[in-house]
Amino acid sequence: MITACAVDDLPVGESVVVSGEVAIAVFNADGEFYAIDDTCTHQDASLSEGWLEGCFVECPLHAASFDLRTGIPNCLPAKKAVRTYPVVVQDGMIYVDTGRHEAVA
Amino acid sequence: MRTVAVVGASLAGLRSVQELRSQGFDGRIVVIGEEPHAPYDRPPLSKAFLSGALPAADLALSDDDFGAEWRLGVRASRLDPSSGSVFLSTGEVVRADGVVIATGGRPRTLPGTASLRGVHALRTLDDAVALRAELLPGARVVVVGAGWIGAEVASTCRSLGLDVTVVEAAAIPMERALGPVLGSLCADLHADHGVDLRLGVGVESFAHNGSRVTGVVLHDGTHLPADVVVAGIGVEPAVDWLAGSGLALDNGVLCDHGCVTSLPSVVAVGDVARYRSSRGHVRHEHWTNASEQPVVAVRNLLAGTTAETFRPSGYVWSDQYGVRLQLAGETGGADEVAVIDGSPDDRRFIAEFRRAGRPIGLLAMNNAKLFGRLRRRLTAVP
Ligand SMILES: Cc1cc2nc3c(=O)[nH]c(=O)nc-3n(C[C@H](O)[C@H](O)[C@H](O)COP(=O)(O)OP(=O)(O)OC[C@H]3O[C@@H](n4cnc5c(N)ncnc54)[C@H](O)[C@@H]3O)c2cc1C
Ligand code: FES
Repeated sequence: MITACAVDDLPVGESVVVSGEVAIAVFNADGEFYAIDDTCTHQDASLSEGWLEGCFVECPLHAASFDLRTGIPNCLPAKKAVRTYPVVVQDGMIYVDTGRHEAVA
Repeated sequence: MRTVAVVGASLAGLRSVQELRSQGFDGRIVVIGEEPHAPYDRPPLSKAFLSGALPAADLALSDDDFGAEWRLGVRASRLDPSSGSVFLSTGEVVRADGVVIATGGRPRTLPGTASLRGVHALRTLDDAVALRAELLPGARVVVVGAGWIGAEVASTCRSLGLDVTVVEAAAIPMERALGPVLGSLCADLHADHGVDLRLGVGVESFAHNGSRVTGVVLHDGTHLPADVVVAGIGVEPAVDWLAGSGLALDNGVLCDHGCVTSLPSVVAVGDVARYRSSRGHVRHEHWTNASEQPVVAVRNLLAGTTAETFRPSGYVWSDQYGVRLQLAGETGGADEVAVIDGSPDDRRFIAEFRRAGRPIGLLAMNNAKLFGRLRRRLTAVP
């Protein structure tokens, strides 16, 4: 479990990158928190810099759009899913459970 | 509609197939593609694939065949729209009641180099494989043209440690697209990375040893020794096969504001399509355009009429010399360019292009997050 930030520091529509073994992006999508690998599966771009729309983040580089709930891209050019991680909110803090990433096909 | 023929099996062709299926077309789809390869991504051909960092297997755009018949390595030689016949290089004829033209473009070649080894154009995977095989240690590379592709090839060759000279006929690279100030910044990027940039001078002829290029002679008499020459002098839309089809051709396939040609059963998408916009007919040569147009073109094809208007996002990217360039909207034709974030000297900024005080375009360097936000505001402007 790694600490991302305080709930107050991640307003709706914003994101933060936490570095563990790999960089992980944490998003506040309309009040729900999601954590996924920060690096796009297509090429080298940071998804935390992407555009958040509903439960999807659009890669800032070539606009592949990933479902934050599953990590699965819903359009080209990405084909592989990013890993997703459970997020735990406790006492006003956001934590990412890096041990339990979901390896989606 | 029972059968749709998609001619051209690259990004715009694949996206058309995807859209046909996702918009509910369950009839027969025949895709005709001249290259032997399944659709692959072109942008890395001048970047990570050319440097060797990205293997060919990673270029594939899709693992799905969408239940279409893929006729790869087969060329469409003629179209007769009135009978809906696409004539193939194999002698077969595909009869279709809808046709998607997605034949893209072919690179212009340097006059007088047809039989010279060592002279390359870069458009296809096969082109990239051939060029890469010649980028050997010690090779001296001359790139003709300092546009996007030329700059990316020069940058990749420098990253491989090769000697690179770029020859550009204009006094400032990319001036028409970016204006003088930001065009000069592109020139600085070349210089910063040890590229010998020759501006305002054209190519006179090529020196050779009978079979292989050995140098490039410029108009001012300079002789540049070269082992490899790469042409980055633009692309011509691939419309030769449409001669005699009756479709209007003028620097591409002319179509209306919804990518529909003069016949409602024929649409055109991607680099080959010259559609009517508020600024007259325009043709784009960019990835996002080829990916976006099929959404609208396929909708109109299936509707049998132009029900929807294509609204381009005008989004383009280029990676060169370790910087990430991103453009949106219209950057040519601005009367004012203002840096609104960061600074060009730091190689991290955003410039806004304005006409009559109104923002019409953006250029970002290493500033992806803010660019992503600002470009939405731009497209929100009517
Ligand atoms: C090296 C390189 C780097 C690039 N980098 C970038 C970048 O960084 N950013 C960006 O936005 N864009 C970039 N682009 C541009 C982008 O790749 C193109 O805009 C995009 O490929 C256009 O797709 P398309 O399907 O319309 O055409 P194309 O990709 O040109 O495909 C057309 C296909 O049709 C086939 N064809 C042609 N005639 C026939 C026929 N008669 N019968 C059957 N098949 C036919 C061709 O063989 C080809 O496979 C780059 C392009 C190149 C070449
Ligand atoms: S790097 Fe994310 S879509 Fe290309």
